[in-house]
Amino acid sequence: MAAPSVGAGNPHRTLEAASPRYGEKVIKVLLALCGALSVAVTTGIVVSLLFPTIRFFREISIGEFLTGTLWAPALVPRSFGVLPIVVGTLMIVFYALLVAIPVGLASAIFLSEYAPSRIRKIVKPALEVLAGIPTVAVGLFALWYLRPLGETIFPFLTWGPRQTVIVAGVAVGLMIVPIVASISEDAMRAVPGGLREGAYALGAGKLKVSTRVVFPAAISGIVASIVLATSRAIGETMVVLIAAGAGRPDLTFDPFAPAQTITAYIGGAATGDIPTGTILYDTIFAAGALLFLMTLAMNMVAIRLVRRFREVYE
Amino acid sequence: MIKPTNGVRAFAIAALLATVAAACGSSEGNEGGDQLTGTIRIDGSSTVAPLSEAAAELFMGENRDVQVTVAASGTSGGFQKFCIGENDMNDASRPIKESEVEQCGQNAIAYDAIQVANDALSLLVNAQNPVDCLTVEQATQVWDRGSKVKTWGQVTGLNAPGDFAGRQMTLYGPGSDSGTFDFFTDEINGEEGRIRIDYTNIGEDDRQAVDGIKSDVGAMGYVPYSYAQEAGEGVKALAIDGGGGCVDATLENVQNGSYVPLGRPLFVYASGTALAKPEVLAFMKFYVDNATSIADAASFVPLTEAQVAAQHQKIEELVSGVGQ
Repeated sequence: MAAPSVGAGNPHRTLEAASPRYGEKVIKVLLALCGALSVAVTTGIVVSLLFPTIRFFREISIGEFLTGTLWAPALVPRSFGVLPIVVGTLMIVFYALLVAIPVGLASAIFLSEYAPSRIRKIVKPALEVLAGIPTVAVGLFALWYLRPLGETIFPFLTWGPRQTVIVAGVAVGLMIVPIVASISEDAMRAVPGGLREGAYALGAGKLKVSTRVVFPAAISGIVASIVLATSRAIGETMVVLIAAGAGRPDLTFDPFAPAQTITAYIGGAATGDIPTGTILYDTIFAAGALLFLMTLAMNMVAIRLVRRFREVYE
Repeated sequence: MIKPTNGVRAFAIAALLATVAAACGSSEGNEGGDQLTGTIRIDGSSTVAPLSEAAAELFMGENRDVQVTVAASGTSGGFQKFCIGENDMNDASRPIKESEVEQCGQNAIAYDAIQVANDALSLLVNAQNPVDCLTVEQATQVWDRGSKVKTWGQVTGLNAPGDFAGRQMTLYGPGSDSGTFDFFTDEINGEEGRIRIDYTNIGEDDRQAVDGIKSDVGAMGYVPYSYAQEAGEGVKALAIDGGGGCVDATLENVQNGSYVPLGRPLFVYASGTALAKPEVLAFMKFYVDNATSIADAASFVPLTEAQVAAQHQKIEELVSGVGQ
């Protein structure tokens, strides 16, 4: 509003604040700092991984690292082929997703389409509790309860040592079911009711509506939930350390044998007795960098997939 | 602003007084000449840890104001911390290495190795296994890198009885972080870290090896002597022929040194600076004096009389060496 210059003594008014409100400025700076903290921490982690990794690759060629099939950095003669522990990680993720995707999606469909409000009030918090169980407890549960249970239910399979990939994988799968179920259910509930009602009006049954109408409409959120669950499974350390054991230095695809994952190797080696500055020490960081890159690639694929499948409702 | 009521005020003052009293109370040092106080930090070998823990419990029972903490990061990890002064004592299942000697020298840590017990590795097999004795060459043949031995009949010179010869051999052993692993591979295969790659790695959990051997007639594994003693029924330790005939893994044989090459002394490395503290010195002397009962309590092979006297000598030298 323009200041009227009529009348004596009327001060020229502006729209700016009368006093420079320093309090507001300080708060703005503090909040910005908090936001910047996450960026700083991520950069810090990347940098701390970078230098020992570079030192590692001065001694060992990238080709030998990525394509070698013998992982024996502490044995003589040393061998730094990372494939055995990568395969260990991928096997765990495979068995975990084999359990988590069907169970999680079925739970999500049940919770969003079928469950009456009473049942929902019980099941949803139960899922939250499952998500909150400490991973070390899940690991011990897998080793001491799931493994004997597996032997009892499937005695015809070739069970050998106590620590196996398949039991650890199933335990990780059970642990990530809440991630898949929760996020998928939210995605499905966000589908507009009009789509469902239209399908019912055309004579579809409940199952057909759930699987042929709601599920495809919510696919973007469902894919996001599966990717999140996979990231979690790749990075899971404690359960695999306890339940999947140390494994052999060479490549194996046997689910009934122990196998070491990247995370279990890092966890075991870092808490052991390796002098800093040696090649063994750098190996931990090289493995960590590989893990970081795997998860990063996973997340970038996820963003692309989610964008591609997203359906926008007006 | 919330005005503190009388009740809240009184509680706040009481809490403040209690905190001050607790803080002041614990910072009192030696009240008199006889009362030992302080903290003793011990780290190192997981093999020696049970011994140190037994010693710590007995010592803390008599000296209530001393806190002894025993960790087990492994012999190498413990030496790392010992040589930078983070620990007072290091449990070691092997003598100190050159690189570690250098590091201690750099940080001016004077030390000596006080032997606290004898130990041995036992080659365990199932109790129903007809084999009783294994030569070192046969052990090397089974455990060496690149070994193709899969059944008991393939071990040369063993002459396993007919029905047992075809029995598959399942091998159990600890991982490369373990001092037991270092010792076994060095003695049997000639080089630390040299071993076949297809054995079942039980990590640091020696009990898992014992369980595995109990449940499989053709299994073999190597564990510290103490675990073999505790294992009881279902497994038996093989006698080892190191060139002079089959020697059983018994107390006497380990003490008199005839159980070769799988017998070894167990040490506690004490630093001169740590021994200057009265509570650490008292603990070290207590440890050596009561070495026999401590070793029995933890199922180890105790020192002989002569060995005990020699260790006391070493402690005296170390203490007087720092005092100069």
